[in-house]
Amino acid sequence: MSNVQTVHQHSGCNNENHGKVQIEQSGYSLQPPEEPGCDEAEEHKEATFADGVKDGIPTLLGYISIGLAAGIVGAASHLSVLEMGIMSLLVYAGAAQFIICGMLAVHAPASAIILTTFIVNLRNFLLSATLAPHFTRYSLLRNVGIGLLVTDESFGVAASRIAQGKPLNDHWMNGLNLIAYFSWVVSCVVGALFGSWIADPEQFGMDYALTAMFVALLVLQLGHLVPAKLKHYLRLMVYMVIAMLLLSLIVSSQLAVIIATVIVATIGVVTEK
Amino acid sequence: MIIIGCALVTMIPRVIPFLVVRNLNLPAPVLKWLSYIPVCILTALVVDNFLIQEGHSLHIDWKVIIVLIPTFLIAIKTRSLSITVIAGVVMMAAVRYFFSVFFS
Repeated sequence: MSNVQTVHQHSGCNNENHGKVQIEQSGYSLQPPEEPGCDEAEEHKEATFADGVKDGIPTLLGYISIGLAAGIVGAASHLSVLEMGIMSLLVYAGAAQFIICGMLAVHAPASAIILTTFIVNLRNFLLSATLAPHFTRYSLLRNVGIGLLVTDESFGVAASRIAQGKPLNDHWMNGLNLIAYFSWVVSCVVGALFGSWIADPEQFGMDYALTAMFVALLVLQLGHLVPAKLKHYLRLMVYMVIAMLLLSLIVSSQLAVIIATVIVATIGVVTEK
Repeated sequence: MIIIGCALVTMIPRVIPFLVVRNLNLPAPVLKWLSYIPVCILTALVVDNFLIQEGHSLHIDWKVIIVLIPTFLIAIKTRSLSITVIAGVVMMAAVRYFFSVFFS
């Protein structure tokens, strides 16, 4: 996690300067903005595609275990390996793919499946909205490319980079996104291929990989805060737990994630000193 | 057909923010609000993992809560994604094994 920078050093500083100014205009960085300058640009060497891949590696166990499980569930729901492959290439979403398989298995109507998928993945709107201000300096096409591949995990890794006050760039983000995408599609297909052979993956605690990763990403987020702010955030986390418990009584847990986040983030802004 | 439909509704919320943000400068309160999203959503995803919804009743998966506590401690101590994930999986497997031996 720590050695995200490095690899190649730029001799000139014009391009990098341009990038930095843009980031500061977004005004979003949790750290106080630094003066744009050649020295600064030298200090923050641009993270490369390879750095993005490297930072993505710790999240792969999560993708692989859940991808295998999704493939197995797909096979159990009588989806062909090809269908599973196409689904993971196009939909590329963990929870949603499980639900699609489950609903296909019980012959739910297409409209219901699509609507449910939409609700489950609405969460991505919040993830993309948080990351998007950091990429406004790139072309439309690049933004679409980055946006299409944002997941909970790649978002988490990118957000902890933001919390460390390091700039985001397109190469790094693409490296992070593509290694995840590749592992996801491959493990879904492998899961579908060996569907009936592999026993229940839950038995080995593999499904917990995802939860553990969210815990680690959460701790990394909080690790960069000053004590006063940390207290504020910890209070918000307690509100989140309460909100999730209450909302889960009324709506689906996917919807609860979105509603609770919107409410508590608003409380966070209002109660901030 | 269903797959294509699902792909579209997944892509739309992912991409729209990237398109919208390019064309307008977000006001400071919105940016501040967005800065709270990572911690809130990660907390929600952790909580989501120990909630079991069955029809109209809500259960808590205590095995997950038991493992969550040492997972947090390991994450705080190591600050490492990989170590936390691997340790978490091993602990979860151990707890499930323990429960299956003694409580069934």
